[in-house]
Amino acid sequence: MPTKPELSVDSETVMDLDDLEVHYELGGGILSRVFGLGTKTVKAVDGVTLGLRKGEVLGVVGESGSGKTTLGRALLGLAPTTGGSITYHGSKGARRVSSMHGSELRDLRTDIQMVFQDPHAALNPSMDIETAVGHPLKIHGIAKGAELRQRVVDVLDKVGLTPPERYLSKYPSDLSGGQKQRAVIARAIILDPEVLVADEPVSMLDMSVRAKILQLMLDLKKDLGLTYVYISHDLASAKFFCDRIAIMYLGRVVEVGSTEEIFADPKHPYTRALLGAIPDPDPNRIVVRDLPRGEIPDAANPPLGCAFHPRCPVAVSNCGWESRDLRVLLEDHWTRRDPGAYERESGLVGSLEQLDTPTTHPHFGAGDTVAVTELLARIKVEDPDEPLWRGVDRIDTDSGKVVVHFHEGEDPALRTAGGVEVACVLYPKDAPVSPTPDATLT
Amino acid sequence: MSEALEETLHETTPPTPNVVEARDLRVWYGTDRGPVRAVDGVSFDIRPGEILGLVGESGCGKSTLGRGLLGLLPDGAKMDGQLRFEGEDLLALSKRELFSRRGSQLGMIFQEPLTRLNPLMRISEHFRETLRTHNKGMDKAEIDRQALEMLRQMGIPPTRYRSYPHEFSGGMRQRIMIGLALVLKPPFVVADEPTTALDVLVEAQIIRILHDLRQNFDTSLLLITHNLGIIAEACDRVAVMYAGRIVEIGEARTVFATPQHPYTRELLRSTISLSTTGLNFIPGSPPDLVEPPSGCHFHPRCPDAMAICATRAPVDRVHAGGTRAECWAADRAEGLLDDLPEADLAPLKQEEISVADEA
Repeated sequence: MPTKPELSVDSETVMDLDDLEVHYELGGGILSRVFGLGTKTVKAVDGVTLGLRKGEVLGVVGESGSGKTTLGRALLGLAPTTGGSITYHGSKGARRVSSMHGSELRDLRTDIQMVFQDPHAALNPSMDIETAVGHPLKIHGIAKGAELRQRVVDVLDKVGLTPPERYLSKYPSDLSGGQKQRAVIARAIILDPEVLVADEPVSMLDMSVRAKILQLMLDLKKDLGLTYVYISHDLASAKFFCDRIAIMYLGRVVEVGSTEEIFADPKHPYTRALLGAIPDPDPNRIVVRDLPRGEIPDAANPPLGCAFHPRCPVAVSNCGWESRDLRVLLEDHWTRRDPGAYERESGLVGSLEQLDTPTTHPHFGAGDTVAVTELLARIKVEDPDEPLWRGVDRIDTDSGKVVVHFHEGEDPALRTAGGVEVACVLYPKDAPVSPTPDATLT
Repeated sequence: MSEALEETLHETTPPTPNVVEARDLRVWYGTDRGPVRAVDGVSFDIRPGEILGLVGESGCGKSTLGRGLLGLLPDGAKMDGQLRFEGEDLLALSKRELFSRRGSQLGMIFQEPLTRLNPLMRISEHFRETLRTHNKGMDKAEIDRQALEMLRQMGIPPTRYRSYPHEFSGGMRQRIMIGLALVLKPPFVVADEPTTALDVLVEAQIIRILHDLRQNFDTSLLLITHNLGIIAEACDRVAVMYAGRIVEIGEARTVFATPQHPYTRELLRSTISLSTTGLNFIPGSPPDLVEPPSGCHFHPRCPDAMAICATRAPVDRVHAGGTRAECWAADRAEGLLDDLPEADLAPLKQEEISVADEA
């Protein structure tokens, strides 16, 4: 494959992600597709630019639905790239993973391999360990017969399944979870790859085994000169395991930097929330935590502005406040009201569906604009520190509806702040980095 | 059960009656190879309004014990010993009597909320079914009142009362499950890994709800988890289970600060937390419960094992700080074994454990 001229080849970089997008079209029948009606797009990965450096462990950390697994699959060409590019700088020069097909992709597997989350599902239950671990050699026509067996024995020895002869004829059902994961790792390294993408390699394992598998991966990295992408939801293991960490939220990288700096001075409110939420067995470390409310939003209907703003405890006026936030505010208010008051107030507001279409100027109410305006004022008095009010410019009325005018939001891009890059309006371009915007979280 | 144990149990029993009292409780499963002793003689109390954490590796009998307490064991299992719930002998009850106590007296919160909610039933219908089963004549207005009050406490807006399970996020579904378990105000609830399927931020929200339970409900909770961090954050006391035995039980803070049993200590050390600076793990894996090791079940994996550990089972004893533990090494540390012959106290020659011999 010819090297494209615009690719900049950095000797230190193994893989380059440039504004990578993986978008999935959702729903709608053929008609709605033809006429462009009603289809939705899930932006699983939405503009990620990252470099993977040779010999490092890059952590990709986020909750379910953050796009971290899709990102990992895209690195192997297992998820369709719909925009941007992935470039692999291997021994054969720079190659674009994002435009590979068929045999090119198969070729790539000798350089980039994957370790899956669930070792119970990653091994064929009717294939013995020798066949399963040796399978890549057979597929790529690299070895057969006695040589194949010898290479399987060698690799089993490397991953600690010793003596290897004991495991060759075993089936996955004979092995424990940790042993299966060792076999999965053996299969991934038997082709002597350069990059290993490990998607939650220890999250399905018992606590007492996790450390062993991570230790094995560290040893293998050192012995075989591997580069890892470690995908996880667990910041505690990432802290120990990774050199650099990229924090993902709803398809975007919101903070990326060296592990040391991210843990010493986490900048994005989401990073800080993740750090605060890790349960710690040390009884002296327990602190009262300011947990973000709610859960990761639907990627088919992302919030306006910064995707984290609805949950962010330190959100400000230009974070992207909109109609759906108002709906959540009202519903949350009603969880604190008695049934009679709820009936009365929901009657005033009318259908909440008025607030489901994202807009910065929602019109709503069932007619009595004075009462609805008073209701909003009461809610504000109840909790004046609610971040949403920072985004309200003014409230007025328009033909029988109450109109809340939210401040126009900003969708923050990754910007350098101190030694890391962070996508948050609290860190605008060229702004002085310290002090941290809000000390209540730390 | 030994008399010494009976004595220590009485000493630590508070004046208020315990909700649950288990003495020498055993659960066996029949298999082709012989009985699996999943729970092998455990004794503990659960006090009113407390949260007792139950922790251990997979295959140590945690879930079996939790289900056994509610009479939810499969047909092939046999339970033996003493189990009192509010003074009543649960093991003497017929299946029918036990059935009628589940829900209103004994509650359960499961791991996967999506599989436990009926996808074709609205949340309102789930509450109606639950409340009507135990209160035949309850009218609709009262059902709605109780259900909405419960949802309110779980932070679910009343606007979502008539929604279907699939319309909720994972965390909200688990809150609904907790609400459904608590709406009948059972004095005792077992929660089996309630946050394992959830993300870390949502997990923290659920732990907070469980932790706050005692302020709003008169419910005692047995919280089964493999995550020691959750125990530290949510539980008053913790029981550590290994190979069918409770090897250590005490105040959570005390146990975590000064673990008496080497298994507890090694489990804490192998947990990866933010303060982790090196990787530690326990060699080997939990034993086959058809033929558990002789003496102390943990001795083949124990870094502190002595010769006596392989031959004689340790005695359940109260140690410094009020923690109960069964461990020869802990006894020795308190000078209780000074009369034993030197040979018994010599370090045990361990068989080498293969690297991959793990759970």
